[in-house]
Amino acid sequence: MSALDTSTYRQREESITYQAESAGMGETHELLTLNIGPHHPATHGVLRLLTTMEGEVIRDVKPIIGYVHTGIEKTAEQKSYWKVIPVIERMDYLSYYFNAMAFCGAVEDLLEVEVPERAQYLRVIHLELDRIMSHMVWLGTSALDLGAISMFWYCFRERETILDLFEMSSGQRMHTRYFQVGGVIEDIPRGFASKLRQFCNEMPTRADQYADLLEKNQIVLERLRGTCAMPAEELLKIGVTGPLLRAAGNPWDLRKAAPYSSYDKFDFKIPVGTVGDNYDRYRVRHAEIYESVKIIEQALEGLPEGPFITPDRKVSLPPRHELATSMEALIHHFKLVTEGFRVPPGEAYHAIEGPRGELGCFVRADGSGKPARVHMRDPSFTHLQALAPMVKDAYLADMIATLAMLDPILGGIDR
Amino acid sequence: MPDATGLELIAHELREANDGSILQTEFRRGRAVLEIAPEHVPAVLQQLHDKGYTFLASLHGVDYYPDEPRLGVLYELMDMREVDRISVKARVSTEDPRVPTATGLFPGANFPEREVYDMFGVVFDGHPDMRRILMPEDFEGFPQRRDFPVGGEPVLFTYNEETGYGKDQ
Repeated sequence: MSALDTSTYRQREESITYQAESAGMGETHELLTLNIGPHHPATHGVLRLLTTMEGEVIRDVKPIIGYVHTGIEKTAEQKSYWKVIPVIERMDYLSYYFNAMAFCGAVEDLLEVEVPERAQYLRVIHLELDRIMSHMVWLGTSALDLGAISMFWYCFRERETILDLFEMSSGQRMHTRYFQVGGVIEDIPRGFASKLRQFCNEMPTRADQYADLLEKNQIVLERLRGTCAMPAEELLKIGVTGPLLRAAGNPWDLRKAAPYSSYDKFDFKIPVGTVGDNYDRYRVRHAEIYESVKIIEQALEGLPEGPFITPDRKVSLPPRHELATSMEALIHHFKLVTEGFRVPPGEAYHAIEGPRGELGCFVRADGSGKPARVHMRDPSFTHLQALAPMVKDAYLADMIATLAMLDPILGGIDR
Repeated sequence: MPDATGLELIAHELREANDGSILQTEFRRGRAVLEIAPEHVPAVLQQLHDKGYTFLASLHGVDYYPDEPRLGVLYELMDMREVDRISVKARVSTEDPRVPTATGLFPGANFPEREVYDMFGVVFDGHPDMRRILMPEDFEGFPQRRDFPVGGEPVLFTYNEETGYGKDQ
C-alpha cells in the first residue's frame, strides 16, 4: 500500500519503450506499443492511450487518466452548499447545467424543498439547450476527427447562439451558476423568449443541413458504419448509459423512466439505434437534437406563472426590494450570504439524464453548512472503460472514430 | 425505491441466505440503504443481482470521520425493469480497509473501485488492477479522507525530484 518513491516511478516511466518489440511471433510479426496523447487533438482532452498494436490492428488499449484532476470533490467539502454550485459546474465543462442540476437535486432531496413549477420549466429549457450545445461540440469535434473541417465551424456557430442565450438569462456564457437549490437564480429576461423561439425555428433546419453534409459523405459512412459495435447487455455490464446504450437498441432514458423536473409533462420521443455501431451512435445523438428542440418549444409554450425559486427563506435569498423594508428579510439575506443554509444529516443520490448518460450526484450532509462528501458519477468516467473492449481487433483509424462517438469529456472523467 | 416494508423483506431474505450479512437497514426520504458486513459484499450483490438489481449505477467511497468504522463503500444498484434503486453500504476501518471486489459481477466497477482506492485507501481484494487512477502513482496519502488537509504541496520538477514529496518525509 505504500506509495512508490520517485526513483521507482521514474524507472517505470522509463521502462515503457516505444520500439517495436518481438513478442514471440517470429521475425515478420511483432507487437508495437504506441503512445497516443496525453496531448493529441483526437483524444478530446488530456487523455493518454497506451495502445498495443499488431500492424494497424489494435490488440489492447490502456487509457491513462488523471491529467486534469483538480480535486473538485475535495474542494466542494470546504464550501457552503450554494458556493459548491460554481465549482461543481466545472467538472464536465460541457454539461454545466446538468452538473448543477444533479447537485441541486441531491440537496433538495435532503432538504425536502419543493421546486416551483416555473423553476422546473426554466430548468428544463436550460438543460435541453445545454444538451444541444454539448451535442454541437461533440458533432463538430467528431467530424473534425473524421476529416470534415467545415462541420466544426457550422456546429460552433449554433453553439454560439446557445451561449448567447445563456448569457442573456444569467450573464455568463459558460458555468452560469443559474441553477440554485430550490429553483433558479433569476427569471428569464425580456426578449429571451422571442430569441429562444427564433433559435427553435432555426435549429431543426440546421440539423437537417448537418445530416445532408455528413450522411451522404462516403468517407464518413465508411468510417462509421459497422465499426466497433457493442451489444446492449455488454454495455450495461460496464455501466454504459445514455446515447451509447440507446444506439444499441435499449431505450433507457431517465427522463422517461424516472421523470424529474416535470419531464413527464412533455411529449418527446427517445431515438434508438439498432446494431450499436458508430453510425448508430451518431444518428441517435443527431436525432436527440430535434427532440430537445421539441421539449424546449413545449416548455416555453406552457411556461407557468409563479415564483422561479422556492419561497422558503431559509434556503433562497429574499427579493432585493424586501431588504429595504423588512428586517426579517435582511436577517435571512445576511445569514444566507455569510454562512449559507444548513442541511439535515443524511445521504442522497440524485441521478439525471445528462447528454452522455446517467449523471448522478451523491451528497452526504452532516448537519453543518458544508457538505461532508460530494461525489459525481460522471458518465464519461464509466464509459471510458468500454473503449478497450469496443476497439479490440479494430483498426487504429476506427479507434479514433470510436473515441469520438464515445464523447468523453476529460474534465468530467478526472474531476 | 422499495418502500420501507419492501426493504425489510429484501433484508430478511438476504439474512436468511447469508447469516450475519445485513448489519442494518435504513429507509429515509425515499432512499433505501442496506448496511452489510464487508466480507459479504460479493454474495449480497449477487443475490440482489438475481432479484433484478442488475445495474451498478455508481460506486463511491465516503469517510465518516470521526465515526468508526470510518470508511464506507457505497454501491448504488438499480433495477431497470421496475426503475427501483437500492444502496448497499459496507463500512471498514482505516486500519484494515479491505473489501472484496465487485468486478467479477460488474466489470464496470473497475475504474470506480480504483478511484475509491486512490481517494480513500480502500483495497479491493481480487481487483485485476489495483492502482491509483487519478492521483500520480507516487502520491502519498489518500486525499479524500476527511483528515487529509487542503493546502499547498510541493510540485515535482526535475530540480526537486530527489527532495520533493515521496522522498524526504
